[in-house]
Amino acid sequence: MTTLRAVMLLALPLVCGSLGEAEGRAQPADGARLYSQRCGGCHSLDANRVGPRHRGLIGRRAGSVPDFRYSAALARAEFAWSRVRLDRWLRDPRAMVPGTTMGVRLSDPTERRAIIDYLASED
Amino acid sequence: MTDQTISKPDATGRRSFIRTAAAGGLSLAAVSLLSGEPVAAQRGRYGRGAPADAQGDADLLNAALGLEHEGIAAYTIAAGSGLLEPAVVEVGVLFRGHHRQHRDELARVIRTLGGTPVEPKTDAEYVEALGLGALRNQTDVLNLALRLERGATSAYLGIMPSLQDGDHDHLAARIAVDEAAHFAALAGALGQSMPETGFIFG
Repeated sequence: MTTLRAVMLLALPLVCGSLGEAEGRAQPADGARLYSQRCGGCHSLDANRVGPRHRGLIGRRAGSVPDFRYSAALARAEFAWSRVRLDRWLRDPRAMVPGTTMGVRLSDPTERRAIIDYLASED
Repeated sequence: MTDQTISKPDATGRRSFIRTAAAGGLSLAAVSLLSGEPVAAQRGRYGRGAPADAQGDADLLNAALGLEHEGIAAYTIAAGSGLLEPAVVEVGVLFRGHHRQHRDELARVIRTLGGTPVEPKTDAEYVEALGLGALRNQTDVLNLALRLERGATSAYLGIMPSLQDGDHDHLAARIAVDEAAHFAALAGALGQSMPETGFIFG
Protein backbone atom coordinates (compact mmCIF):
# COMPACT_ATOMS: atom_id res chain seq x y z
CA MET A 1 0.00 0.00 0.00
CA THR A 2 2.99 2.27 0.31
CA THR A 3 3.36 2.27 -3.46
CA LEU A 4 -0.34 2.93 -3.84
CA ARG A 5 -0.18 5.91 -1.52
CA ALA A 6 2.78 7.25 -3.45
CA VAL A 7 0.89 7.02 -6.74
CA MET A 8 -2.14 8.75 -5.28
CA LEU A 9 -0.04 11.47 -3.70
CA LEU A 10 1.76 12.05 -6.96
CA ALA A 11 -1.56 12.28 -8.76
CA LEU A 12 -3.21 14.76 -6.43
CA PRO A 13 -1.06 17.83 -7.12
CA LEU A 14 -1.50 17.29 -10.84
CA VAL A 15 -5.25 17.12 -10.46
CA CYS A 16 -5.74 19.79 -7.86
CA GLY A 17 -2.97 22.21 -8.55
CA SER A 18 -2.83 22.76 -12.27
CA LEU A 19 -5.02 24.77 -14.55
CA GLY A 20 -5.07 24.71 -18.27
CA GLU A 21 -7.48 22.89 -20.50
CA ALA A 22 -10.51 25.05 -21.06
CA GLU A 23 -13.78 23.15 -21.06
CA GLY A 24 -16.53 25.71 -21.02
CA ARG A 25 -20.22 25.22 -21.53
CA ALA A 26 -21.42 23.67 -24.72
CA GLN A 27 -20.51 25.09 -28.08
CA PRO A 28 -22.17 23.75 -31.20
CA ALA A 29 -18.91 22.32 -32.45
CA ASP A 30 -18.31 20.35 -29.27
CA GLY A 31 -20.47 17.42 -30.30
CA ALA A 32 -17.80 14.73 -30.25
CA ARG A 33 -16.49 15.78 -26.85
CA LEU A 34 -19.98 16.10 -25.44
CA TYR A 35 -21.00 12.75 -26.86
CA SER A 36 -18.02 11.14 -25.15
CA GLN A 37 -18.68 12.91 -21.87
CA ARG A 38 -22.46 12.74 -21.65
CA CYS A 39 -23.24 9.57 -23.57
CA GLY A 40 -19.95 7.64 -23.52
CA GLY A 41 -20.59 6.06 -20.13
CA CYS A 42 -23.15 3.75 -21.72
CA HIS A 43 -22.93 4.18 -25.51
CA SER A 44 -20.47 3.87 -28.36
CA LEU A 45 -20.90 4.57 -32.04
CA ASP A 46 -20.10 1.05 -33.16
CA ALA A 47 -20.60 -1.28 -30.20
CA ASN A 48 -23.55 -2.25 -28.06
CA ARG A 49 -22.75 -1.60 -24.43
CA VAL A 50 -25.21 -0.69 -21.68
CA GLY A 51 -27.04 1.09 -24.48
CA PRO A 52 -27.21 0.29 -28.19
CA ARG A 53 -24.68 1.46 -30.76
CA HIS A 54 -25.42 4.81 -32.31
CA ARG A 55 -23.90 4.97 -35.78
CA GLY A 56 -26.68 5.41 -38.29
CA LEU A 57 -29.16 6.50 -35.65
CA ILE A 58 -30.90 9.28 -37.58
CA GLY A 59 -33.63 7.70 -39.65
CA ARG A 60 -33.37 4.34 -37.89
CA ARG A 61 -36.50 2.84 -36.39
CA ALA A 62 -36.44 3.05 -32.60
CA GLY A 63 -35.61 -0.18 -30.81
CA SER A 64 -34.34 -1.86 -33.95
CA VAL A 65 -30.64 -2.69 -33.48
CA PRO A 66 -30.99 -6.44 -33.99
CA ASP A 67 -28.47 -7.70 -31.45
CA PHE A 68 -29.38 -5.34 -28.62
CA ARG A 69 -31.91 -6.21 -25.93
CA TYR A 70 -34.22 -3.23 -25.53
CA SER A 71 -36.78 -2.51 -22.88
CA ALA A 72 -40.25 -3.70 -23.86
CA ALA A 73 -41.31 -0.06 -24.08
CA LEU A 74 -38.72 0.89 -26.67
CA ALA A 75 -39.03 -2.39 -28.56
CA ARG A 76 -42.71 -1.52 -29.08
CA ALA A 77 -41.97 1.99 -30.31
CA GLU A 78 -43.16 2.74 -33.82
CA PHE A 79 -41.19 5.75 -34.88
CA ALA A 80 -37.89 6.52 -36.51
CA TRP A 81 -35.29 8.76 -34.93
CA SER A 82 -35.28 12.29 -36.26
CA ARG A 83 -33.50 15.35 -34.91
CA VAL A 84 -36.71 16.57 -33.32
CA ARG A 85 -37.44 13.24 -31.68
CA LEU A 86 -33.87 12.93 -30.46
CA ASP A 87 -34.09 16.34 -28.86
CA ARG A 88 -37.28 15.32 -27.06
CA TRP A 89 -35.69 12.04 -26.06
CA LEU A 90 -32.54 13.57 -24.66
CA ARG A 91 -34.53 16.16 -22.75
CA ASP A 92 -36.54 13.51 -20.91
CA PRO A 93 -36.53 9.99 -22.36
CA ARG A 94 -38.97 8.55 -19.86
CA ALA A 95 -41.53 11.23 -20.57
CA MET A 96 -41.31 10.38 -24.27
CA VAL A 97 -41.29 6.59 -23.91
CA PRO A 98 -42.54 5.58 -20.46
CA GLY A 99 -40.86 2.38 -19.38
CA THR A 100 -37.59 2.89 -21.21
CA THR A 101 -34.49 2.07 -19.21
CA MET A 102 -32.74 5.16 -20.60
CA GLY A 103 -32.94 7.68 -17.82
CA VAL A 104 -30.19 10.19 -18.53
CA ARG A 105 -31.55 13.67 -19.14
CA LEU A 106 -29.72 16.51 -20.82
CA SER A 107 -31.27 19.78 -19.80
CA ASP A 108 -29.06 22.10 -21.86
CA PRO A 109 -30.55 22.58 -25.37
CA THR A 110 -27.19 23.67 -26.77
CA GLU A 111 -25.60 20.44 -25.59
CA ARG A 112 -28.45 18.40 -27.02
CA ARG A 113 -28.13 20.13 -30.38
CA ALA A 114 -24.37 19.61 -30.46
CA ILE A 115 -24.73 15.91 -29.68
CA ILE A 116 -27.48 15.46 -32.28
CA ASP A 117 -25.34 17.27 -34.87
CA TYR A 118 -22.49 14.93 -34.03
CA LEU A 119 -24.65 11.83 -34.33
CA ALA A 120 -26.02 13.03 -37.65
CA SER A 121 -22.49 13.59 -38.90
CA GLU A 122 -21.47 10.04 -37.95
CA ASP A 123 -24.12 8.34 -40.05
CA MET B 1 -43.19 4.08 -6.41
CA THR B 2 -44.90 1.18 -4.76
CA ASP B 3 -45.36 0.81 -1.05
CA GLN B 4 -42.31 -1.40 -0.93
CA THR B 5 -39.96 1.52 -1.08
CA ILE B 6 -41.87 4.27 0.67
CA SER B 7 -43.59 2.38 3.48
CA LYS B 8 -42.28 2.66 6.97
CA PRO B 9 -42.77 -0.11 9.53
CA ASP B 10 -44.94 1.99 11.79
CA ALA B 11 -47.21 3.21 9.06
CA THR B 12 -48.73 0.02 7.71
CA GLY B 13 -52.29 0.79 8.68
CA ARG B 14 -52.14 4.29 7.35
CA ARG B 15 -50.54 3.09 4.11
CA SER B 16 -53.24 0.50 3.70
CA PHE B 17 -55.83 3.23 4.06
CA ILE B 18 -54.02 5.39 1.56
CA ARG B 19 -53.93 2.56 -0.96
CA THR B 20 -57.64 1.89 -0.53
CA ALA B 21 -58.53 5.56 -0.77
CA ALA B 22 -56.40 6.07 -3.84
CA ALA B 23 -57.94 3.05 -5.51
CA GLY B 24 -61.33 4.53 -4.76
CA GLY B 25 -60.54 7.57 -6.84
CA LEU B 26 -59.45 10.16 -4.26
CA SER B 27 -56.92 12.61 -5.57
CA LEU B 28 -53.45 12.62 -4.06
CA ALA B 29 -54.21 15.98 -2.54
CA ALA B 30 -57.33 14.65 -0.86
CA VAL B 31 -55.48 11.59 0.37
CA SER B 32 -52.80 13.89 1.71
CA LEU B 33 -55.30 15.94 3.66
CA LEU B 34 -56.94 12.85 5.10
CA SER B 35 -53.72 11.11 5.99
CA GLY B 36 -51.85 14.12 7.25
CA GLU B 37 -48.91 13.35 4.97
CA PRO B 38 -47.62 15.86 2.45
CA VAL B 39 -48.36 14.99 -1.16
CA ALA B 40 -44.66 15.15 -1.94
CA ALA B 41 -43.95 12.32 0.47
CA GLN B 42 -46.22 10.06 -1.57
CA ARG B 43 -44.51 11.01 -4.81
CA GLY B 44 -41.01 10.13 -3.73
CA ARG B 45 -38.96 12.09 -1.31
CA TYR B 46 -38.48 15.05 -3.60
CA GLY B 47 -42.07 15.21 -4.85
CA ARG B 48 -41.16 15.76 -8.48
CA GLY B 49 -44.70 15.69 -9.73
CA ALA B 50 -45.10 12.07 -10.78
CA PRO B 51 -46.10 9.16 -8.62
CA ALA B 52 -43.04 7.36 -7.38
CA ASP B 53 -42.25 4.32 -9.52
CA ALA B 54 -40.37 1.37 -8.04
CA GLN B 55 -40.13 -0.46 -11.37
CA GLY B 56 -38.80 2.66 -13.06
CA ASP B 57 -36.13 3.16 -10.42
CA ALA B 58 -35.22 -0.53 -10.58
CA ASP B 59 -34.80 -0.26 -14.37
CA LEU B 60 -32.57 2.80 -14.08
CA LEU B 61 -30.46 1.26 -11.33
CA ASN B 62 -30.16 -1.91 -13.43
CA ALA B 63 -28.72 0.14 -16.26
CA ALA B 64 -26.27 1.59 -13.75
CA LEU B 65 -25.44 -1.94 -12.63
CA GLY B 66 -24.53 -2.71 -16.24
CA LEU B 67 -22.05 0.15 -16.08
CA GLU B 68 -20.49 -1.28 -12.93
CA HIS B 69 -20.17 -4.72 -14.51
CA GLU B 70 -18.41 -3.12 -17.45
CA GLY B 71 -16.03 -1.20 -15.20
CA ILE B 72 -15.18 -4.28 -13.16
CA ALA B 73 -14.45 -6.25 -16.33
CA ALA B 74 -12.33 -3.44 -17.79
CA TYR B 75 -10.15 -3.18 -14.68
CA THR B 76 -9.85 -6.97 -14.42
CA ILE B 77 -8.83 -7.40 -18.04
CA ALA B 78 -6.45 -4.44 -17.87
CA ALA B 79 -4.82 -5.77 -14.70
CA GLY B 80 -4.05 -9.03 -16.46
CA SER B 81 -2.91 -7.45 -19.71
CA GLY B 82 0.75 -7.11 -18.83
CA LEU B 83 0.63 -3.49 -20.02
CA LEU B 84 0.57 -1.90 -16.58
CA GLU B 85 3.26 -1.18 -14.02
CA PRO B 86 2.64 -2.92 -10.68
CA ALA B 87 1.78 0.34 -8.92
CA VAL B 88 -0.86 1.11 -11.54
CA VAL B 89 -2.28 -2.41 -11.25
CA GLU B 90 -2.57 -1.80 -7.53
CA VAL B 91 -4.60 1.37 -8.08
CA GLY B 92 -6.77 -0.37 -10.68
CA VAL B 93 -7.49 -3.21 -8.27
CA LEU B 94 -8.46 -0.64 -5.64
CA PHE B 95 -10.86 1.06 -8.03
CA ARG B 96 -12.28 -2.30 -9.11
CA GLY B 97 -13.01 -2.99 -5.46
CA HIS B 98 -15.05 0.21 -5.31
CA HIS B 99 -16.99 -0.82 -8.40
CA ARG B 100 -17.69 -4.22 -6.85
CA GLN B 101 -19.11 -2.49 -3.79
CA HIS B 102 -21.28 -0.32 -6.07
CA ARG B 103 -22.40 -3.47 -7.90
CA ASP B 104 -23.39 -5.22 -4.71
CA GLU B 105 -25.33 -2.28 -3.33
CA LEU B 106 -27.12 -1.63 -6.62
CA ALA B 107 -28.07 -5.31 -6.87
CA ARG B 108 -29.35 -5.28 -3.31
CA VAL B 109 -31.53 -2.24 -3.92
CA ILE B 110 -32.83 -3.62 -7.23
CA ARG B 111 -33.90 -6.80 -5.45
CA THR B 112 -35.70 -4.84 -2.73
CA LEU B 113 -37.62 -3.10 -5.53
CA GLY B 114 -38.69 -6.47 -6.93
CA GLY B 115 -36.30 -6.34 -9.85
CA THR B 116 -33.75 -8.83 -11.10
CA PRO B 117 -30.19 -7.54 -11.23
CA VAL B 118 -28.70 -7.70 -14.71
CA GLU B 119 -25.87 -10.21 -15.16
CA PRO B 120 -22.46 -9.26 -16.54
CA LYS B 121 -21.59 -10.00 -20.13
CA THR B 122 -18.68 -12.24 -21.04
CA ASP B 123 -15.11 -10.93 -21.01
CA ALA B 124 -14.99 -11.46 -24.77
CA GLU B 125 -18.00 -9.18 -25.19
CA TYR B 126 -16.38 -6.49 -23.06
CA VAL B 127 -13.11 -6.80 -24.96
CA GLU B 128 -14.95 -6.23 -28.22
CA ALA B 129 -17.31 -3.50 -27.01
CA LEU B 130 -14.56 -1.48 -25.35
CA GLY B 131 -11.91 -2.12 -27.96
CA LEU B 132 -9.60 -3.57 -25.33
CA GLY B 133 -7.68 -5.54 -27.93
CA ALA B 134 -6.43 -2.30 -29.45
CA LEU B 135 -4.75 -1.07 -26.26
CA ARG B 136 -0.97 -1.08 -26.69
CA ASN B 137 0.48 0.51 -23.57
CA GLN B 138 -0.25 1.86 -20.11
CA THR B 139 -1.26 5.29 -21.40
CA ASP B 140 -3.88 3.70 -23.67
CA VAL B 141 -5.29 1.80 -20.69
CA LEU B 142 -5.35 4.85 -18.44
CA ASN B 143 -7.04 6.92 -21.15
CA LEU B 144 -9.74 4.29 -21.57
CA ALA B 145 -10.25 4.11 -17.81
CA LEU B 146 -10.45 7.89 -17.71
CA ARG B 147 -13.16 7.93 -20.40
CA LEU B 148 -15.13 5.20 -18.68
CA GLU B 149 -14.97 6.86 -15.26
CA ARG B 150 -15.94 10.22 -16.71
CA GLY B 151 -18.80 8.69 -18.65
CA ALA B 152 -19.99 6.80 -15.61
CA THR B 153 -19.94 9.93 -13.48
CA SER B 154 -22.03 11.77 -16.03
CA ALA B 155 -24.38 8.81 -16.40
CA TYR B 156 -25.11 8.71 -12.67
CA LEU B 157 -25.66 12.44 -12.59
CA GLY B 158 -27.83 12.16 -15.68
CA ILE B 159 -30.21 9.60 -14.22
CA MET B 160 -30.69 11.43 -10.95
CA PRO B 161 -33.54 13.66 -12.22
CA SER B 162 -35.33 10.51 -13.41
CA LEU B 163 -35.07 8.59 -10.13
CA GLN B 164 -38.23 8.89 -8.09
CA ASP B 165 -36.99 7.97 -4.65
CA GLY B 166 -34.63 10.23 -2.76
CA ASP B 167 -32.73 7.28 -1.33
CA HIS B 168 -31.95 6.12 -4.85
CA ASP B 169 -30.88 9.64 -5.76
CA HIS B 170 -28.54 9.60 -2.79
CA LEU B 171 -27.08 6.26 -3.82
CA ALA B 172 -26.50 7.51 -7.37
CA ALA B 173 -24.83 10.65 -6.02
CA ARG B 174 -22.54 8.68 -3.74
CA ILE B 175 -21.45 6.42 -6.58
CA ALA B 176 -21.01 9.38 -8.93
CA VAL B 177 -18.62 10.97 -6.47
CA ASP B 178 -16.58 7.77 -6.27
CA GLU B 179 -16.36 7.68 -10.06
CA ALA B 180 -15.33 11.34 -10.10
CA ALA B 181 -12.58 10.59 -7.59
CA HIS B 182 -11.34 7.81 -9.86
CA PHE B 183 -11.44 10.21 -12.79
CA ALA B 184 -9.40 12.78 -10.90
CA ALA B 185 -6.73 10.27 -9.90
CA LEU B 186 -6.49 8.92 -13.46
CA ALA B 187 -6.29 12.42 -14.94
CA GLY B 188 -3.48 13.22 -12.54
CA ALA B 189 -1.62 10.04 -13.44
CA LEU B 190 -1.90 11.05 -17.12
CA GLY B 191 -0.63 14.54 -16.35
CA GLN B 192 -3.85 16.18 -17.48
CA SER B 193 -4.67 19.58 -16.11
CA MET B 194 -7.89 20.57 -14.47
CA PRO B 195 -10.54 22.35 -16.51
CA GLU B 196 -10.66 26.10 -15.95
CA THR B 197 -14.42 26.11 -15.70
CA GLY B 198 -16.80 24.26 -13.47
CA PHE B 199 -19.53 21.77 -14.28
CA ILE B 200 -16.91 19.26 -15.33
CA PHE B 201 -19.42 16.43 -15.44
CA GLY B 202 -22.80 16.28 -17.14
